[in-house]
Amino acid sequence: MNLLFIAWRNFRYRALSSFLTTLSLMLGVGLVVMVMAIYGIISEAFVRNAAVGYNLVVGPRGSALQLTLNSVYYLSQPIENLPYTEYMEFFPAEERAKMVREFGGDPKLGERDGVYAGFVGDGYAIPLALGDYFGEFRVVGTIPDFFEKLRHGPEVDQPFTFREGRALETYNEENQYFECVLGSRVAAQSGMKVGDVMNPTHGDPEGKGHGQGFTVVGILAPTGTPNDRAVFVNLEGFYLLEGHAKPIEDDAVITLPERDPDDTRPPLLMIPEREVTSILVRNGNIMHAPGMQNRINESGRAQAAAPIGEINKLMSVIVGPLLSALLVITLITCVVAAFGVLVAIYNSMNDRRRDIAVMRALGARRGSVTWVILFESLIIAIIGGAAGWLLAHVAIYSAGTFIEQQTGVQVGLFSVSQFEWLLLPFVLVLSLMAGIVPAMAAYRTDVGSNLSA
Amino acid sequence: MLTIENLIKKFQQPGGGELTVLDVPKFEIASAEQVALIGESGGGKTTLLHLIAGMLSATSGSIRVDNIELTRLSEQGRDRFRAATIGYVFQTFNLLPAFSAVENVKLGMTFGSGRVDSERALDLLDRVGLAERANYRPNQLSVGQQQRVAIARALAGRPKLLLADEPTANVDPASADSVLDLIIDSCRSESIALLMVTHSMDVADRFERIERLEDINRIPALKQS
Repeated sequence: MNLLFIAWRNFRYRALSSFLTTLSLMLGVGLVVMVMAIYGIISEAFVRNAAVGYNLVVGPRGSALQLTLNSVYYLSQPIENLPYTEYMEFFPAEERAKMVREFGGDPKLGERDGVYAGFVGDGYAIPLALGDYFGEFRVVGTIPDFFEKLRHGPEVDQPFTFREGRALETYNEENQYFECVLGSRVAAQSGMKVGDVMNPTHGDPEGKGHGQGFTVVGILAPTGTPNDRAVFVNLEGFYLLEGHAKPIEDDAVITLPERDPDDTRPPLLMIPEREVTSILVRNGNIMHAPGMQNRINESGRAQAAAPIGEINKLMSVIVGPLLSALLVITLITCVVAAFGVLVAIYNSMNDRRRDIAVMRALGARRGSVTWVILFESLIIAIIGGAAGWLLAHVAIYSAGTFIEQQTGVQVGLFSVSQFEWLLLPFVLVLSLMAGIVPAMAAYRTDVGSNLSA
Repeated sequence: MLTIENLIKKFQQPGGGELTVLDVPKFEIASAEQVALIGESGGGKTTLLHLIAGMLSATSGSIRVDNIELTRLSEQGRDRFRAATIGYVFQTFNLLPAFSAVENVKLGMTFGSGRVDSERALDLLDRVGLAERANYRPNQLSVGQQQRVAIARALAGRPKLLLADEPTANVDPASADSVLDLIIDSCRSESIALLMVTHSMDVADRFERIERLEDINRIPALKQS
């Protein structure tokens, strides 16, 4: 029979008090673990959502964070738009000339390589056009390359897959330029399916409709990225919506597009009429990214932002401190719970002074009875801490499907966040400190007077 | 076995000053001897037992138990001495309520050598007639049974001197005899010296040697100064 066993028996003997004290510590620890887990999930979700295959977002000059928020997360308002010619700067002369022939515009545009074409190399530049909504969800005008070239997942190696249907096409006989793809959450929330028609509104969720719908041709499988809550429409169809054409300036030099006389397709917007909100760029050689970023930022016409850098700034400046404050508050609840341990044990000291005196009479040293009390405090800490940890993990694991749907972050039953391993030693030390006051009372217990009482 | 010489014990009084409760010029008990100490309430009997057990320290004088001078020991030394040498039976039993009967007996061993002999604990409970109630908690035992467990616990550490403080005062007359028999017989069979404090002449008459506190203590009961 050792001191730990004696402490355990005391713990069990005062079952209700022990249970309530342990419960309060368990809830405190559970709360801290959950906040830590949420902290980890949010951090991971932010960072992984920023890592979607491209390394730079190019947009109008202004706030780099705002550019990242509206182009990567589809949050906040777009800053402004860039002329389509800025997008053309990412392509070599041959492709630029093809664009001029296809859409119509200044022929000189096709006579030179784009300023940033050399930096892009084997990479890609994908345009986004924002501004319309489908209910609360953002409508994103883009090109089929969006689905072919972008990747997601923890290793940024998973291509987009379709739960139903296919990717949008630039043009086909059936739907012409008006095809769209729904993110998984949009489809789940709206109940729309392949074949339905999505009617976007202009400017904001309550804006007026364009009078032109897009046929749903595909529904994305969940990606755990902001793409789950976006509607992707064909960029050419987006341009053709009412009010989306930029007025042509009087001095604009335009060569009309080359069209086959038998071509029955509706005419597309010409290059001076086109704008993009942002451009997602992946450099073929990642070493070229800083140079290109500097070149764009020095151009005075646009800015290039690295999404991961911006998100890390957001995390460290706003989200991080908020979560840290939350963590501190929950740690304080742990301290309060530990204080409860102190109060509970200390209050029981009046009842057990005689027991301690009896143990002393049986030969127990002052140090031994002190350790019995400290061990009791430790038992509460270990059981409360372990139960709280387990409770939090079971709770998080139970919400795993929801968390994965919302953030794409998979949580296992025993997924441990960054500083979680420090929690149990912290609780043990805290409880030991809480046990010191009653333990000292035990240490000072006078044998003679308590046995005579 | 026990030799007390010129023992004085004084307590500090709350209002200042000192209260002398014991002044014992000479008192001895031989090995395996059984002594009944009778005296009036408030005469200092329990204080004397606490001093012999090392639970209190003497103001002056000498207490030697088994050739160990208690007054020279530190508190830790007295704890060790008590665990190894003394068995103590309280008037109010003082069983620990969180522990079963057998665990209470084992507690008597824990603080001595630290080695717990489960077989001896069960054997002792068997000797006091409670083998079948070894796992009962104190509140599940009658008063007489609780005192039997307390006796088994006092014997658990194989003491050389058993101090019993009115062990029959709180048990019914029918149980008192058997408790007394148990203490006397157990000490005899294990050659343990016994000093039992009592105010009952019926109890004291069972002993081969009876001492009156007023004969060994110069401080009269209730007139201590």
